[in-house]
Amino acid sequence: MHMADALLSPAVGATMWAGSVAAIGYSSKKLKENIDNKTIPLMGVMGAFVFAAQMINFTIPVTGSSGHIGGGMLLAIILGPYAAFLAMASILTVQALFFADGGLLALGCNIWNLGIYPCFLVYPLIYRPIVGDGTSAKRISIAAIVSVIIALQLGAFSVVLETLLSGKSELPFSTFVLLMQPIHLAIGLVEGIATAGIIIYVKNARPELLEANLSFQPLDSGISLKNVLVVFVILAVVTGGALSWFASTHPDGLEWSIEKVTGKGELAEATQGVAPALKEIQERTAFLPDYGFKSAANEPSNENETPHWPGIEAGTSVSGIVGGSIVLMFILLIGFGIRLFKKQ
Amino acid sequence: MTFDEQYYNIGFIDQLSYKDTFVHRLDPRAKLIATLLFLFTVISFSKYEINALLPFFLYPVLLMSIGEIPLMFILRKVILVSPFALFIGVFNPLLDSTHVVIFSGLTISAGWLSFFSILLKFVLTVSTALLLIATTSFPGVCHGLRQLGLPSIFVSQLLFLYRYIFVLMEETMRIVRARNMRSYGKSGKGIKIFVRITGTLFIRTIERAERVYFAMLSRGFQGDMPSLKRFHIRTEDIIFTLSMIIFLYVFRFYPATEIIGRFVQGVLS
Repeated sequence: MHMADALLSPAVGATMWAGSVAAIGYSSKKLKENIDNKTIPLMGVMGAFVFAAQMINFTIPVTGSSGHIGGGMLLAIILGPYAAFLAMASILTVQALFFADGGLLALGCNIWNLGIYPCFLVYPLIYRPIVGDGTSAKRISIAAIVSVIIALQLGAFSVVLETLLSGKSELPFSTFVLLMQPIHLAIGLVEGIATAGIIIYVKNARPELLEANLSFQPLDSGISLKNVLVVFVILAVVTGGALSWFASTHPDGLEWSIEKVTGKGELAEATQGVAPALKEIQERTAFLPDYGFKSAANEPSNENETPHWPGIEAGTSVSGIVGGSIVLMFILLIGFGIRLFKKQ
Repeated sequence: MTFDEQYYNIGFIDQLSYKDTFVHRLDPRAKLIATLLFLFTVISFSKYEINALLPFFLYPVLLMSIGEIPLMFILRKVILVSPFALFIGVFNPLLDSTHVVIFSGLTISAGWLSFFSILLKFVLTVSTALLLIATTSFPGVCHGLRQLGLPSIFVSQLLFLYRYIFVLMEETMRIVRARNMRSYGKSGKGIKIFVRITGTLFIRTIERAERVYFAMLSRGFQGDMPSLKRFHIRTEDIIFTLSMIIFLYVFRFYPATEIIGRFVQGVLS
């Protein structure tokens, strides 16, 4: 599921962008070092293939509704992690631009949720160990189904976290998780079966296509433990940064979310060390020093009700409504005026 | 939305981007930066803000009218992608029931305010992103990204994707049409047939990629995709970007709507 701009706060949007752009840079560098030019057109055409494959919908067994594939795992299995990640990032970019699916600021989140998890976590840590040398069809099926499910679960959980940390939605954590995870378990199962089917079809028809990837990037040199650790460190910094932001606006929001996430309040200690430093950086580099959140935090807050009222008080809201309608009329007039002027 | 309509739409937005108006002529970099700043400013407002968001409609309206982009087309696309934001936002009125007095006699719950705020932000961000691509061609955006420092391998990946989407979609459309004609009711639309169709399409795609690669090699491909069109920053671009920054700054930090409203109230009373 695609994250949307309107649900994001600038802090979360920017951190996810930073993480995704870093991953794009890293993958590009890796590809330049390791791969011949042949991969460049292959990646592009494969990206277009995923697009096309998404448009062939099929009937989901039992329920009778129709579905289509997401394709991140399929790309990782065929192209290897780096090329697959770039292909996935470009697919999401085109979706954001042409279909407005998600949005430009949420693009960072979407690349992270749908690209990084399947390519850099699930593929090396789950798919490759299960699939072994890639000769047994049964192992391929199991590996594909399990990996797709896990990748989608991670992605869906990230959407929950990103939305909650942005603080635009009132949905409580537990409800949101209960809404998102089961749906994506079902989607993942169906997509996993479809992905496994396609991989086995390709293996039967053109086995050399899969072997090329397997031999090209043997298990140990594909992604080393070090690189996986780097990804986890980035992940930790991103969540830490976002959490600290959250903590600075909701006085006891951090403990609340940590407790919900881990079941205990221990992590809070660790993040408190990072939080003040990050906050200082934010304050120093803030190009919009008057974030709504900050003014909310400065207000004295009562314990139980939602006390943050930066915007509207009874006295000012009437003039707000009057002014708002005038501004909108004015903008519409400008638009129609230019249109009329252009027609002549 | 059926497959054919979706296809038609992606072609249509591409066609729009080849018009020749003032906004189309602006440098892609200027438009990219302006759009990103705009989006950041819009989502930086607090979750209950409604009034201060209204002046920001000026930017998409200007782009649309100067760039001669049909309003209905953009609106239809905005509505098409709205379900997720709506689905998440609609819980706000149920969960946040703090009462807010708008004026004496009218009280609503704060959740409605934050729901409308999400809706406004949604319309603003989605329409602006669509207008970016409708007023700048996709290759233009790509070269802009390249000049702004994104890795060349990623940018050529985007360009390839864009090129082959149209080819592969046409092929897929034929396949889907053929399948639909042969499957009565729901038979033939199951997952088994899907796997076979997609598998065939996949292998055809790989073979196409090989042919493309050989064709490119014979034309001197060395791993980079240079552009013939040169973009230069002109005075218009600088003026555009600067006025955008001033516009965003003023409406972010000064409650223009309030001021106008008070002024009018003062005149009337």
